[in-house]
Amino acid sequence: MGNQTKSDQWDLWEVFIQEKSGAPHTHAGSLHAPDPEIALQNARDVYARRGEVNNIWIVPSVAITASTPEDNESFFDQIKDKVYRHPQFYSVPKGVRNV
Amino acid sequence: MSNLNGDLNKYLFEYLLRLGDDLLIIGHRLSEWCGYAPILEEDIALGNIALDCIGQASAFLQFAAEVENKGRTEDDLAYFRDAIDYRNLQLTELPKGDFAFTIARQFLFDTYFLLLTEKLQKSSNEKLAGISAKSFKETKYHYRHSAEWMLRLGDGTEESNRRLQNAIDELWIYTGEIFEDNELIEILSNEKITIKNSELKESWSEKVRSIFERAKIKIPETNFQIKGSRKGIHSEHLGHLLAEMQILARSFPGAKW
Repeated sequence: MGNQTKSDQWDLWEVFIQEKSGAPHTHAGSLHAPDPEIALQNARDVYARRGEVNNIWIVPSVAITASTPEDNESFFDQIKDKVYRHPQFYSVPKGVRNV
Repeated sequence: MSNLNGDLNKYLFEYLLRLGDDLLIIGHRLSEWCGYAPILEEDIALGNIALDCIGQASAFLQFAAEVENKGRTEDDLAYFRDAIDYRNLQLTELPKGDFAFTIARQFLFDTYFLLLTEKLQKSSNEKLAGISAKSFKETKYHYRHSAEWMLRLGDGTEESNRRLQNAIDELWIYTGEIFEDNELIEILSNEKITIKNSELKESWSEKVRSIFERAKIKIPETNFQIKGSRKGIHSEHLGHLLAEMQILARSFPGAKW
């Protein structure tokens, strides 16, 4: 185990599943595969064998740039004290329906 | 007329055993990978394909039992027949070998079964056509899986190519009997229930050859071919497989969980 180099490992891929046509693709999980075709097949076997699936996206995990926990303060905290950015801040005038 | 129908049913029963037994035995061999495949994802893939094959076997054997009309069920056919009564190709019963061997065997079988079920969808027997249509859909995926792996193993590393070539060399003598015809096939194909196996040979060879070429695999040079599986002649391996597969049902008949 310890002497495995990076080249011994298959690439990691992120799997996004769309349940119905027009619905958003949601992250289902990740898997290992040597290339996109096998990644797609593996995704089908691991994530799409139960329940309704309309479409699968496969994305190399290295292509994803994520924010880090250190970013949280500067990225997200400011939103909390600006309640007027949430739609719930505004009262809906009487007579408006289906909002 | 009723006599002819009776005979036809006898032939159809025998033919359905071939289809069901091929799938049951190759499905069992695939299931032996459960927990042993090279990686988790492939473990799940092989397990899924095994379940597909066993599910298809169940449908064909259920229909066989119905056609036979002697009160047997698909479980009776699966668990209470001995090797000599099995009608599967010897190709399907060989031990699973290494991963390359399993992929090579699966590819040779999937290619055949894909072409066969595509035709059987149009069988004059409605029920056979229906079961085959479902089979064809699943086999399309099985073929995609095994063909893609043929390319990757054949055109992969020196070791993966060597292992795959060894597997193909070993398996080649078991492919000839896929395309054998006999009286049974003559009669059923005259009734448009099935087609002649020999009619599949050209498209099978073409498909196999094109994948071999891309996978850098050489077609073995041999004229010798194994024969007789469809008459109940099998390798010693089938008996061992059946012993493992049947022991629970035979030790505890009617066992449920």
